[in-house]
Amino acid sequence: MIKAVMVMNTQGKSRLAKFYEYLSVEKQQELIRGVFSVLCSRAENVSNFIDAESIFGQDSRLVYKHFATLYFVFVFDSSENELAVLDLIQDVLPSVFVETLDKCFQNVCELDIVFNYSKIHTILDEMVFGGQVVETSSSEIMKAVEEISKLEAASNAISLIPKSASGWRSR
Amino acid sequence: MGSQGGFYQSKEFLDLVKSIGEARSKAEEDRIVLNEIETLKRRISEPDIPKRKMKEYIIRLVYIEMLGHDASFGYIHAVKMTHDDSLLVKRTGYLAVTLFLNEDHDLIILIVNTIQKDLKSDNYLVVCAALNAVCKLINEETIPAVLPQVMELLAHPKEAVRKKAIMALHRFYQKSPSSVSHLVSNFRKRLCDNDPGVMGATLCPLFELIARDVNSYKDLVISFVSILKQVAERRLSKAYDYHQMPAPFIQIKLLKILALLGSGDKQASENMYTVVGDIFRKCDSSSNIGNAVLYECICCVSSIYPNPKLLESAADVISRFLKSDSHNLKYMGIDALGRLIKISPEIAEQHQLAVIDCLEDPDDTLKRKTFELLYKMTKSTNVEVIVDRMIDYMISINDNHYKTEIASRCVELAEQFAPSNQWFIQTMNRVFEHAGDLVNIKVAHNLMRLIAEGFGEDDDNADTKLRSSAVESYLRILGEPKLPSVFLQVICWVLGEYGTADGMFSASDITGKLCDVAEAYSNDETVKAYATTALMKIYAFEIAAWRKVDMLPECQSLMEELLASHSTDLQQRAYELQAVIGLDAHAVACIMPSDASCEDIEVDRDLSFLNDYIQEAIEKGAQPYIPESERSGMLNISNFRNQDHHEASSHGLRFEAYELPKPAVQSRIPQTLIASTEIVPVPEPMYPRESYQTTMPSIPSDAGSAELKLRLEGVQKKWGRSTYTPATSTSNSTSQKTVNGTSQGDGASTVSSMRETYDSRKPQVEVSHEKQKLAASLFGGSSKTEKRPATGHKAAKASSHVVEKSHVPKSSMEVASEKAAPAQQPPDLLDLGEPTATSTALQLDPFKQLEGLLDATEVASAVNGAPAASRSPDIMALYADTAAGIHNKNDADLLSGLSNPSVTNMPGTTAMPQVTQSSSKGPNPKDSLEKDALVRQMGVNPSSQNPNLFKDLLG
Repeated sequence: MIKAVMVMNTQGKSRLAKFYEYLSVEKQQELIRGVFSVLCSRAENVSNFIDAESIFGQDSRLVYKHFATLYFVFVFDSSENELAVLDLIQDVLPSVFVETLDKCFQNVCELDIVFNYSKIHTILDEMVFGGQVVETSSSEIMKAVEEISKLEAASNAISLIPKSASGWRSR
Repeated sequence: MGSQGGFYQSKEFLDLVKSIGEARSKAEEDRIVLNEIETLKRRISEPDIPKRKMKEYIIRLVYIEMLGHDASFGYIHAVKMTHDDSLLVKRTGYLAVTLFLNEDHDLIILIVNTIQKDLKSDNYLVVCAALNAVCKLINEETIPAVLPQVMELLAHPKEAVRKKAIMALHRFYQKSPSSVSHLVSNFRKRLCDNDPGVMGATLCPLFELIARDVNSYKDLVISFVSILKQVAERRLSKAYDYHQMPAPFIQIKLLKILALLGSGDKQASENMYTVVGDIFRKCDSSSNIGNAVLYECICCVSSIYPNPKLLESAADVISRFLKSDSHNLKYMGIDALGRLIKISPEIAEQHQLAVIDCLEDPDDTLKRKTFELLYKMTKSTNVEVIVDRMIDYMISINDNHYKTEIASRCVELAEQFAPSNQWFIQTMNRVFEHAGDLVNIKVAHNLMRLIAEGFGEDDDNADTKLRSSAVESYLRILGEPKLPSVFLQVICWVLGEYGTADGMFSASDITGKLCDVAEAYSNDETVKAYATTALMKIYAFEIAAWRKVDMLPECQSLMEELLASHSTDLQQRAYELQAVIGLDAHAVACIMPSDASCEDIEVDRDLSFLNDYIQEAIEKGAQPYIPESERSGMLNISNFRNQDHHEASSHGLRFEAYELPKPAVQSRIPQTLIASTEIVPVPEPMYPRESYQTTMPSIPSDAGSAELKLRLEGVQKKWGRSTYTPATSTSNSTSQKTVNGTSQGDGASTVSSMRETYDSRKPQVEVSHEKQKLAASLFGGSSKTEKRPATGHKAAKASSHVVEKSHVPKSSMEVASEKAAPAQQPPDLLDLGEPTATSTALQLDPFKQLEGLLDATEVASAVNGAPAASRSPDIMALYADTAAGIHNKNDADLLSGLSNPSVTNMPGTTAMPQVTQSSSKGPNPKDSLEKDALVRQMGVNPSSQNPNLFKDLLG
């Protein structure tokens, strides 16, 4: 099962953290720091897999992908396949992000992740449910997220003024 | 869609995110966040906040908590939001609570109701949100509250809901298998769901179920195979394709399941061959996901009943992986190779070079994986190279977790495959040198044992050579700075035991080195203790060989320091050393026989050798010993203890007169030591024991006896504060006297004098002539007896001795101790040696064999033959056990009379258990006895941190 999903920047700042087993805030921070200390010591052009037993305990592996200033990290146990998880990170997630955040992924900056915090969580919830990968098709995830957005918007009587992070940044 | 859709955020939040993003330091970030927390605390409790605002506040709280700050003040608001009617607000509320709360949080109770309601909602998005919360927030107790609704949802028209309901059920199963065990069949049913997505999701719980209990799911093999076949043949809709692969994630899960089901099952495996072969052929190896499926195929092939054709395909894929430029694929290749060599070891050979490349690769992950592979393929032919490599790598890394792992692997491989002793010792030395503090202490004991025992062959020459080379290498290694404690312990032990054995090095060489060690690592009491004992051995060997002993000045100053040490253990060792040096060659040879670490030690638990002495004392007017339980005015032990404590600490201010001690006894207590009485703190009776457990680097017998016997508190109490070490025992006896002075007068004096006899040979300084004689009779007499097990043991003499079986099962010991406390006993200590009763008992006793093994008459010498260090606990054990024994006998006497064969013999065991035990165990007592003795001598002083030593060494 998937134990945790994290997104952090290259300075170790956490941008998204989701743990599928409950952990105290302090423990979460400890793990994030632990992961970062391993990640930042990795050279370029090495494998994307790390044995995470010293951080997460018995039977835990870590797959990460470095995009621009961000690390995307999945921590999981032996019931998952490393290469497949890597594909989730480097293919599915970005394509979903790119489409939902409505921009080309290279330009998805750290702040967009945070600014669309609840949306990113929604995407992840569609993909990983209770620690298991339930959906791997980016179009399916997209569909679900869109539907949620639509319904939320409809159910919400308050009119919303769309305000994009990029719009704000371009000011 | 609009990029922000329903996910509106305010400018304020943007500013927060931005300022945190731009914060230069953690401190700055913290300041910003704390500010934000203040703002939120204020705002969030304002009345009538618009929902949209509230939603944003909650998101901000989530963000703050992710940054590691406490947002608990807002939890209740998140809970409140889940009650909201608006989907947007409700979903946000659910998101927040799943991130904030755990299943045991107090607020959960407020959510369960909402979840129940939402699970029945018409809006499937509400249902999904609730299901999401169910996974995270429902615990064993609340499962029944939502289970019916979740079960209904398994048939929901929306496949997204069905999928999530299955996962929720899976989660329930993970949290509490029993609560949903009757519903597990639903997973099987959902396997036939007409939506492939739902079917795929079902594979997750099924995988787990099958992993736990393969046999109940063998019937599904055919179904899984046909599903896999259909998936591989692209029967699913195009929507499930991923990088031109048909539903690869489903394929992977299915292959994992098949690997479980086919493991060791030829019939099941045969069903799988075709489809796995097909996938091997069809799989596109150019994409990541294709390789993931291929890798999974290899895992499957290596797990199921082997099929040569499939193994061949697997080997091909592996070589492709290994030749790839991608580190990821190399990693998978190495991993797959590790799986496959279990079945076909020859495959590794064709990839030797690739493996070596991976070993040299700068990528740490890959390197570790390769070491794992090497570990799996180690044989006696390659062990030297592999372990060598592993150690080199171990030295190069800093990660303690992995260092520990690799060190233990090195040890394991070396122990298993060592081509020669020489190599083994050198390898161990390297491991200890570089990861000494990380390896299990057990490894050190094993090494010491190996050096002591040799390789079990009767080639003494080889053993001697081995030891000489060990000594030589250790002397060299000692030159290096900062050696780990465990390693130093080994070194000290070996130098002490064998440093001068081959005559290559003089005693002054070795003792000089040992003193250096004690000095250089003066903070490490364990090492110092080892060094002291080693010094004692060296001197003892010298004395025994009639050589003149000149103590080096540094050694003398070390001893002076240790004599005043705060550690009672070190102090004791120093006194012992001093005592041993004062003895003549003959006595020393008995106390410290050279190269006798593998000899057995026997212990006379009844202290029968003291009988004459006690008799004499009583004739001179000493009062017999009165067991504690017999003493008047003592209601219970704790009472006694308190009083004891009180009196001990206040003995300077007592107004009632002490009873006059009998002169005979008085004279036995060396004046100097009496003087020190006041200094010795007697804080509370438990103290000495605790110190043995924790601070004091103690002794094998101690570890054992501590474990086994220290529970006999009440029993030991009969002897006063028996946990004192000999170094302080004089003070002990005097303080005892003060205690007893009020209550029972001379009863305890006898005890003290008895203890004196034990200690008398150590405080050599003012040993009376009488004592020397006693010592000579104790140890000299015993020296006449052979060290070997006597064939015909003298019943009369042996009768009063009881061979200590230090392994007396704990439980029975406890039984004994439990019984001991309340039992009423005859006050006469001498009772213990009552020959008539015991000797008859012995004749019939099933444990006679034990007696035969270890002639009890030489117990005393054996005790002393053991490295002196182990003496004190032994003595304590003696006390404890004798007490138990006496009591036990008396107890049993009451029950069944003296004729019962088993009654008298085993101290610390009750009659019945003992008989059964002995008859069922047959030769075991002998084995364990020998092992025990070995252990005692072997690890002269294993640290007390390793109470498991016995267990470890004895299996």
